[in-house]
This record gives sequence, structure tokens and C-alpha cells, in this order.
Amino acid sequence: MTIKNKAFIAGAYEHPTRKAPDKSVAQLHAECARGALADAGLTKDDVDGYFCAGDAPGMGPFSMVEYMNLKVKHIDATDIGGSSYLMLVSHAAQAIAAGKCSVALITLAGRPRSEGAQGLGLRGFNPNQPEIQFEAPFGLVTANAYAMCAMRHMHEFGTTAEQLAWVKVAASHHAQWNEHAMLRDVVTVEDVVNSPMVTDPLHRLDCCVVSDGGGALIVVSPEIARSLKRPLVAVRGAGETVKHGMAGNIDLTYSGGRVSGPIAFAEAGITPKDIKYASIYDSFTITVVMQLEDIGFCEKGQGGKFVSDGNLISGVGKLPFNTDGGGLCNNHPANRGGITKVIEAVRQLRGEAHPKVQVPNCDLALAHGTGGLLGTKHGSATLILERL
Amino acid sequence: MSETKAAQRKITAPTPTPDTIEFWKAAEQGKLMLRRCSACQKTHWYPRPVCPHCFGDATEWFEAAGTGEIYTFSIMRRVPEPYAIAYVTLAEGPTMLTNIVGVDLNTIRIGQKVKLAWTPTEAGPPVPCFTLAD
Repeated sequence: MTIKNKAFIAGAYEHPTRKAPDKSVAQLHAECARGALADAGLTKDDVDGYFCAGDAPGMGPFSMVEYMNLKVKHIDATDIGGSSYLMLVSHAAQAIAAGKCSVALITLAGRPRSEGAQGLGLRGFNPNQPEIQFEAPFGLVTANAYAMCAMRHMHEFGTTAEQLAWVKVAASHHAQWNEHAMLRDVVTVEDVVNSPMVTDPLHRLDCCVVSDGGGALIVVSPEIARSLKRPLVAVRGAGETVKHGMAGNIDLTYSGGRVSGPIAFAEAGITPKDIKYASIYDSFTITVVMQLEDIGFCEKGQGGKFVSDGNLISGVGKLPFNTDGGGLCNNHPANRGGITKVIEAVRQLRGEAHPKVQVPNCDLALAHGTGGLLGTKHGSATLILERL
Repeated sequence: MSETKAAQRKITAPTPTPDTIEFWKAAEQGKLMLRRCSACQKTHWYPRPVCPHCFGDATEWFEAAGTGEIYTFSIMRRVPEPYAIAYVTLAEGPTMLTNIVGVDLNTIRIGQKVKLAWTPTEAGPPVPCFTLAD
């Protein structure tokens, strides 16, 4: 069985807020859900499946289903960090293909900015999590976990700080056109490498923003999609995995994209060369470089060269990426960037991206994410979408 | 760049689980214990009773030499007390997360030979850090 063309993304909504001290997280979930339903031309009563990740208030789906007063017959709250929402589109498509539901609502929301997060704090402390005792004492946080990958990448492949900086430069070129983006100033390679060092070799401008906000998606059956007035955006292929420390056989040169990418391309029956636009999770600049290699847009070790000289800038390079400004410039709601990756891909496929960054005749798009820590263990999810 | 000393960062005590109590008891004696499977002969990290390679249950403790090589590292600078987090590949094979201590942080490089340097924690057993071997 395949999910190819068995489900469509009919609604997509990105909350415009970037700082929401006066809203609750639950309220943000509900506002995102309203927005996505309105975008699709559906109502709350049409929803029969609900999908969120483990960070939603109230142990997965419980509280949000109650808060929004949904009546659902299928739920899924699998959590693979920020990449959850890419994977949940696939899970929603599987559920729809199996007849378990026909209108799936996916929501994400959070307020790390209002709550004072800087991305430098220690992560997750469930004492039953077996590896925590061998990680927490050493000050493992998000930023240095990714930085250790960048350091090894530079060592093995000769990747440079300037090459990593090109990822941020491209994102900033796109963000200048996004009125909601947190950082709209176009930056140069020099700006990035001269910004303060956070954790070697990552500078401040190699790191994504911390923002409040959220997003929602509506995934529907083909019959319902064709009854609506929105462009048809089909789920054509998907892949997912978890990559980890492999019992001590650590290899930080690649991510789980090496598994999830080829699965998605095989299901879609296309190759990376066919992709017109790519949303690539940009928690840090190194994340983009490694994922592009692993998904197959270039050879392993060549990611630094691939992203250089504006190759990711829409209208300039060969692979327009994150035309909303991405996590590096636009937003990173709830410290989870997966849903905005899908939303911008949907905009591109519908021809609804900002005219300055819209990719002409964009009929095939990829969205890919890494959730968790690239330097220890993480989830990877790849999604290939097509406008029919 | 001028010298950046490894600060006396307060280290959170590890929270042992029933299957790692012996590891942390040995740590109090200055012994780094690894877990090896007597069926498949493979050593793994972090220690587990069920072998993560062959999934047999015949794993046993043995003391590591306490030497290794830096696989990768990063200097965390945007904190009051900068520190070096690293992966060290042990002489026995597995690679473990650790800190590099007792050196000018700006001189740390991938490939450097390192040796054990037990570091105290707040109200818990010491944790296995490393310092330059020579």
C-alpha cells in the first residue's frame, strides 16, 4: 500500500504572531485550527481526525481535543520533536488511505519566547530516560549538540564557516519580503561569521530565532479535496526514521535524512532533480547542509559547496529553499519548525508565496525536517508534495 | 584568541538507574566501567544489561583503559562559565559524550589523545571527563 495521491493538504495556516504574552498555548492551537479550516473552506464539525505532538498541552491529544470541542474517530500524537508535523502529514495520509478518517487537523503552538527560552538550557529530564545520566552532566544543550556535528563536518569534508553562512544569507534574502518575519534585514557572509560565537563553530547568526506562534494543516481525502475550491496539493511520498548513537558507534557526519529521504523519493517515483522548491528544517545552518546531502541533493561532504554563492536563493540559485525566511529569519514556533516547512511548501505549490520569492511553475516540492538533536538522537521526516 | 580557561562549572549529578548503579559506584573508585557482551564480544556505550548489538543478555562489566581520542567537540561560550563538550572515542571502541577539562579551551582539536579526568558533581558521583594525554 502507498499513500501516493491518497490524501491532499487542503488547508494551511501560519499564525502571524511572533510574541504572544497575552495568549495561552491552547488558544494559539485553536486560532491556528480556525485559520487552517477557513483556508480549506471547512468547519470544525468536518474534522474527524486530530494530530498533534507530545508537546501539546495535556498529554498528547486529550486537552486540545476537549478545548476545541472536537469529535474525532482517529488520533495520533507521535512526537519526534520539531519534525513531528512533517511526519504527522504522512500519518494523516495513512489514516485517510485506510479509511480511519477523512478530515485530519494537525496543530502546533507554543510560546518559548514569552516564557524566556534562549535555546541554551538543558533538555528533557525524565529520570527514566536511560541516556540522560550520560548526557546531562556534560552540559548537552541543543546548540552544542548541533555544533559538534558542524565541527566534525568541517574536519572530514573541509566545510567552512563561510559556506555555512550562505544558508543564513539565503534565508535573509527571502525574509525581507515576509512582513511577519522576525529578522527582515538582508545579511552577508561577513555578517554571519563576524557575529558572536555561541558554541564553536556556530555563531549567533548560524542559529534560528526563538519565537512564539504556531500553525495548522488540514489533510483530507481525495473526494473532499476535489469538492473544495482550493488548489489540489497531493501527498506524493513520505519517509521517516530515528537516528541515534548506535550503541557507541557514533557517526555525526549524517542525519536520518539518509533513510527518510530515499523512502519518500521511492514512493513518489521521482528524484531530487525533479524538486522545484524545498523547505529544509533550519534550526542551524549546519542542519540544512547535512540534510541536503542526506536527502540526495548533492554528494555527502559537498553540502557546503552546494549552498554557496546563493544557490538556495529563489530566482538566483538552483534550489530555492525556505522562501518564508525559515527558522533562521522568520519564526520557529514552540522551538518546532516542522509545520512551517509544510505551510511554505503548500504556498509555493499553490502559487501563493510572496511574488518576489514564488518559484515559477512550482509543481513538485519537498519538505524535510530533523527533530531532537542532530548530535545525539533525532527524528527525520521527509514529505514530497505535488500540485495536481 | 586569548586563553579561555575551563571554568569550575557546577556539574549536575547524574541520576543512576537500577542498571547503572554499579557504574556510578565504580566511578567513586575512579574506575570507568564499560559493558561487553560475552556472546558477541562487542562493547557498547552507554551501558545496558541487554546487548544492543546481538540482543543477548550475557553482558558484563569491565574496566576501561581510560584513554581515547577526541572525535568532535564544541566550546560553549554564551554561558557564564564556558566549557568544552566533546565526543571521545575510547581505546575499547565506543564513542562517549564527555567534557574536556583542565586545558585552554581554545587549543582543543579533533584527533587529540586524551585520558580520564574524573570531575566532581554537586552531591553525586564524579563524572568521566577527559584531559589531554600529554
